[in-house]
Amino acid sequence: MTNGGGMSKEDWLAKVWGPAVARNKERQDRFETTSEIEVAPVYDAGDVAGSDYDKNVGYPAQFPFTRGVQPTMYRGRLWTMRQYAGFASAEETNRRYQYLLEQGQTGLSMAFDLPTQTGYDSDAPLALGEVGKVGVPISHVEDMAIVFDGIDLARVSTSMTINATASILLAYYIAVARREGVATKDLRGTVQNDILKEYIARGTYIYPPAPSMRLITDLFDFCAAETPNWNTISISGYHMREAGCTAAQEIAFTLADAIAYVDAAIAAGLKVDDFGPQLSFFFVAQSNLLEEVAKYRAARRLWARIMVERFGSTNPRSQMLRFHTQTAGVTLTAQQPDNNVVRSTLQALAAVLGGTQSLHVNSKDEALALPSEDAVTLSLRTQQVLAYESGVTDTVDPLAGSYFVETMTDQLEQEARAYIERIDAIGGAVRAIENGFQQQEIGDAAYRFQTQVESRERTVVGVNSFATGDETPMEILRIDPEETKRQIDRLQKVRRDRDGHRAQAALERLEAIARSSDNTMPAIVDCVEAQCTTGEICDVLRGVFGMHKELLVV
Amino acid sequence: MVTESAPVGTPARVLIAKPGLDGHDRGAKVVARALRDAGFEVIYTGIRQTPEMIVQAAVQEDVDAVGLSILSGAHLDLLPAIVSGLRENGLGEVAVFAGGIIPREDYDALTQMGIAGIFGPGTSLKEIVDFTRQVTGAESATA
Repeated sequence: MTNGGGMSKEDWLAKVWGPAVARNKERQDRFETTSEIEVAPVYDAGDVAGSDYDKNVGYPAQFPFTRGVQPTMYRGRLWTMRQYAGFASAEETNRRYQYLLEQGQTGLSMAFDLPTQTGYDSDAPLALGEVGKVGVPISHVEDMAIVFDGIDLARVSTSMTINATASILLAYYIAVARREGVATKDLRGTVQNDILKEYIARGTYIYPPAPSMRLITDLFDFCAAETPNWNTISISGYHMREAGCTAAQEIAFTLADAIAYVDAAIAAGLKVDDFGPQLSFFFVAQSNLLEEVAKYRAARRLWARIMVERFGSTNPRSQMLRFHTQTAGVTLTAQQPDNNVVRSTLQALAAVLGGTQSLHVNSKDEALALPSEDAVTLSLRTQQVLAYESGVTDTVDPLAGSYFVETMTDQLEQEARAYIERIDAIGGAVRAIENGFQQQEIGDAAYRFQTQVESRERTVVGVNSFATGDETPMEILRIDPEETKRQIDRLQKVRRDRDGHRAQAALERLEAIARSSDNTMPAIVDCVEAQCTTGEICDVLRGVFGMHKELLVV
Repeated sequence: MVTESAPVGTPARVLIAKPGLDGHDRGAKVVARALRDAGFEVIYTGIRQTPEMIVQAAVQEDVDAVGLSILSGAHLDLLPAIVSGLRENGLGEVAVFAGGIIPREDYDALTQMGIAGIFGPGTSLKEIVDFTRQVTGAESATA
């Protein structure tokens, strides 16, 4: 192929680039992405000549959705600005939500504390020290009612980062909506409900895989009828990438988990195009800007193909990979924390160029604590500057056709496919997790990354290079122990004042249903309406299902 | 896992543990691997360990040092319970160190409670390996 000046790329490499490198060596012997894909000095039309543009790229909202899932993308409607928040108590969290909505945030994202995520009440011995620390404690329906006091559930969309206890937290939300006279069909939002990545990387599992998968498909089935505008799962690569894996692995492990959920739902008798449109995804935005943009595009294309090729989907809405993005917590540094604003902005730009449906931008103080109100406001402003000032929102998929981005999109799709084939060969995502495959791959990549930082092969500005030795003290958010006491007092009052017989009967019915093959979701809704607590409901299910034991992979 | 360079004589034994409900184990696992590669015998507990479970593991494994990784913010409640549990079980001499998300203003309180080293975000593995060599008396071991 001949390009500018009548010179072929081979000629250019031999006659121009080669001698230049011979005179002055490049900064590195080899340039590569996080996925260890080699990056060439230059890309041209020859790199994409083998790829059928119409088939692989095409147009927005057209299969395979490489360019995005909406025809107008951000020209029509901007992404949902959704800052992950929740801490201390139901009251404090309500105050933060009201504040964020006043500042122009367009959706809510609930962070729950670890006892709530792992099925313990605020006064359980295992909750010691953890109540309200990483999110809001929700032990019963009254806590949930306080969090949403003054917020119209028919209008707001709410995303909940909740997994092992997703059914229970969704039940609380439904119960609050019913009290306020909001129809469940009008509820919009998401439960993360992705247990597989909890076994792999995030750690808030409760039960073993088989009953956990059943709770998930029960929720799919229930929501298809009751809450058609609710995303029943957010299949997440975020935490696996944060735990150390590469971009290609993030796509592969996420889609392999997604395949397992679709398989489980089909095995439970559901039809792929009934629940398919309610599946959603969640990825990180890391710092390698162009690899990240290619990652989102590759993930969209690969998922569309999997839904058609593997599952015979005929509804385009099931084939569209819609995703939330959060910037990369692991890149935040305690040293020179202002640098984190720059990192997060760059990462957020990648998410927007990649066509995200919603976005959380991390705050500069999060290497030290939960974000302060000032820090989170700056994160929201970062989103608003990108949305209203950068101009990147004015055309759809602006990097399409870049020789490099298209090549990287193809390469990441291929790498991810190869990993999915390896997982298929093991017997699917669940079996691979039981064998420790993903855990081992993630651990290896994390250790490789850290040794590169140690050897300064990889630069972390302000940490292993350009360090100044001073850690600027920052005002950080601290959780007031009085808030924990307030939570526990309210919990004990609810237990005392409720109709004890009704609560007991609801728990007994749940136990019977859990032992049968009937859908658990209606019984869980009955339990929360009878003011049963998160811990009580989980105790019943722990009794029936047992508890998962971690496979140690170091 | 291959031990790259074993210290002279019996290698020192280190327990790496994750107290509380926190599932963030990237740091704990990376540190466990680095210490193992530096020649220590490393025992990793896995996540969601109560203070009692960690003390029991330290007793059973007869360790020379205990490293605790915690990112949930529960450090002021959980770490002292582990230190006092070790003392009650005759392991008062075992060096305890911690890492994770621990605000600097908590360092003094933790040091006074008997935590011998605190390693925040950005700490190099070399620093942790050197510290562990020093507190276990394994200085003679070279990487």
